[in-house]
Amino acid sequence: MGLGLLAATLAPVQQEYLLEARQMQAMSLGVHIPIVCFGIAFPALVMFVEWLHLRTGEPVYRTLAKRWSKVMLALFAIGVVTGTILSFELGMLWPGFMATFGEVFGLGFTLEGFSFFVEAIFIAIYVYGWDRLSPRMHFLSGVPVVVAGITGSLTVLTVNAWMNNPSGFRMEGGKAVDVDPWRALFGNDYFWHELVHMYVAGYIVTGFLVAAAYAWGWMKGRRGRYERTALTVALTAACLAAPVQLVVGDWAAREVAERQPVKLAAFEGLQETTEGASINIGGLYDEDEGRVKGGVEIPKLLSLLAFHDPNAPVKGLETVPEADRPPVAITRFAFQTMVGIGTLLAAISAWFLFVRIRRRRLPESVWFWRAVVAAGPLSLVALIAGWVATEVGRQPWVVYGVMRTEDAVTGAGGIPIGYATLTVVYVGLMAATAWILRRLARAPLEEAQAAPPEVSRG
Amino acid sequence: MAELPAVLILAGLAAYAVLGGADFGAGLWELAARGSRGRELREHVHHSIAPVWEANHVWLVFVLVVCFTGYPTAFASIASTLTIPLFIATIGIILRGTSYALRAGEPSPREEGVLSVVFALSSILTPFALGAAAGGIASGRVPVGNASGDEFGSWLNPTSLLAGVLAVASAAYLAAVYLAGDARRAGLPEMVSLFRARALRAGVVVGAVALAGPLVLRADARLLYDGLSSGGGLVAGFVSGAAGVTALALVYFGRFDLARGSAAVAVTAIVAGWGLAQQPLLLPGLTVEEAAAGDATLVAIAVASVIGVVVLGPSLALLFRLVVTGRFDPDEQAPPAVPRAGSARATLGVPPAVAIATGGLGAAVAVVASGWLAGAGVAVMLVGATLGFLLLAVPDEET
Repeated sequence: MGLGLLAATLAPVQQEYLLEARQMQAMSLGVHIPIVCFGIAFPALVMFVEWLHLRTGEPVYRTLAKRWSKVMLALFAIGVVTGTILSFELGMLWPGFMATFGEVFGLGFTLEGFSFFVEAIFIAIYVYGWDRLSPRMHFLSGVPVVVAGITGSLTVLTVNAWMNNPSGFRMEGGKAVDVDPWRALFGNDYFWHELVHMYVAGYIVTGFLVAAAYAWGWMKGRRGRYERTALTVALTAACLAAPVQLVVGDWAAREVAERQPVKLAAFEGLQETTEGASINIGGLYDEDEGRVKGGVEIPKLLSLLAFHDPNAPVKGLETVPEADRPPVAITRFAFQTMVGIGTLLAAISAWFLFVRIRRRRLPESVWFWRAVVAAGPLSLVALIAGWVATEVGRQPWVVYGVMRTEDAVTGAGGIPIGYATLTVVYVGLMAATAWILRRLARAPLEEAQAAPPEVSRG
Repeated sequence: MAELPAVLILAGLAAYAVLGGADFGAGLWELAARGSRGRELREHVHHSIAPVWEANHVWLVFVLVVCFTGYPTAFASIASTLTIPLFIATIGIILRGTSYALRAGEPSPREEGVLSVVFALSSILTPFALGAAAGGIASGRVPVGNASGDEFGSWLNPTSLLAGVLAVASAAYLAAVYLAGDARRAGLPEMVSLFRARALRAGVVVGAVALAGPLVLRADARLLYDGLSSGGGLVAGFVSGAAGVTALALVYFGRFDLARGSAAVAVTAIVAGWGLAQQPLLLPGLTVEEAAAGDATLVAIAVASVIGVVVLGPSLALLFRLVVTGRFDPDEQAPPAVPRAGSARATLGVPPAVAIATGGLGAAVAVVASGWLAGAGVAVMLVGATLGFLLLAVPDEET
């Protein structure tokens, strides 16, 4: 059997439910990505608290680290199963993509698999090893969890960066040839901004979600040393990451402007190539008229931000045929949501950092704590919105400029049934996750009795 | 070189069947854990698999990723034709993982009962669906192409049924043997005799299904039957049978640790036999050679595997040593966990101005510069932010 026949047998098929297949994939990713944030950031925060304990001998830090490590393990278990379905879906929903390019980017997932293995082994040793290993050994067993949490998501992000800026192969007769997987994944300079953007997001989401839980308790009067420690650590991480993210996001947008101008045009709803392009804040994009309605227009700002020149030309959607343009309204709305929430989070952060540095304490205003309670879920919305912006903005391509999503999709029937089933299961999963996090927050602190009285809650 | 991913896939499948299989089987036994001793039994099952199930599950992910990297066309054909059983398996995996993770929330007895049933049912559903999918591949029902096979017939057929039942039965058997051994180590004589009896019964069922196997395959999957009744396939079959019988005898005499090893050999031999019986074909009309990715990708898989073995081998050994020697058992005495009390202050010897200057400088460069210089600015800014964290995240009590 020749290669030509192979390529022909996995030729594109008609799929009535392409949109549902995309939505199903998006939902699966949307459920998994928040857990990834915890994989990136939480182990480091837990180890930081354990390190405080080792340095000072204070039992309160140990209690907190132990409690957080249990949350970490529960979330890891949810991440294991929601991540597994993603591997299956790549083949179940996108066989055309996998058959043609599996050998180009699969290495990223292979390396991720090994990272994931290391993480699974040492997270078990770390969490079940409290009181069983010497303090020093226990602390050391957390290091591979931190490292693997980083390398695992790093290798997956190399695949996403490759989809947006494909290299390391040549197309010949519908097949990828001269494949160099290392260059495709690790020789891609369009990868770094995505990596940093996601990592900083990991600290924002983890920090604000954890802080939101304790902020809720704070407003109800639970302000012991245990809670103050939890809030100080989580909020410091989130509130340093949020302003940093503004700078990183600006950098990322300039990279997109250079490499994926059509995506940037979709972010901004820019129809025609414009010199001195403006930015519209708010408003909605009207697909029929091809322009943004409503919103506040700031002249020349887009050109200035994207190219550091107020009169620089910014490419519009019309630079490519209509069939090559992404859905603009969704992409722009998601992008605006991300930027809007990100700015709000940075403002909350400035408040926290000011009080923390100048007064050397936590803020006292009830409005600050209300804002933190809101910041938890908002940071999740911003995370998902950011991924929607970049992934919908990549459409109609699965491999940018090389393979269309419609040519990757499965020919199997029943996508709506699978989508509906998975939706029901995921609603249950989210309810279950919320339940266990509440339980873990409420369950008695086993070491509180041994600790000084101020540690106990109430 | 083209065979390398196939060897890794079979090795991963064998590990998953032995280690993950035992976890599935443990879940299955929870279903039988009713009545007065039910909770005690479920506790025992839970403690036995808690530290290892995530690691054991990763073998499945490993098999998937090596398959789509090494044999992309075959993976796409398999996943698109066998969508339904694979989807059922993933739903089972989600339900199982979730109902398992929720135990950490210290549920009430009623909640625990519900979780236990979901856990047990998904522990049966998942190996059955995966076995049925494997049966579809082994009986040549997955043609090359995008969803080209029969979406139902590819996994609802005699070979799939055989493989699915065998997967569930051998999982139950492996689990009973492991749990009996764990119970002995934990000093629970009642549990030992309970699981010994169950292991014997499950072992007989596995043997019976395995003996029916050749008859089913002869009628339903002739090519596979021929492969298994000659050469390496036949050897593997005999090894599996001999190891299975030996394991059963060892269980009977209460030598659970040896029985574990022997049962693992029996399962591994079945997986190896499947591979040997099918070679050189991966799917009908598609040899392993033809299906393999390009050389650069195969070399990359080899490099990644070497790194993986070097890193994972000792790590897995450490985990299993801690588990098997009972270090994670609930009643195990803890080593003294009191650290040097108050011997040092948790502070960082860096002036705040340094952190602010570093972060500010990096941010300024990142905003103003472009290209790699902007990236360098971001890196400097992150260093500043990290220093800031180490200064500010230390609670006030310590500063």
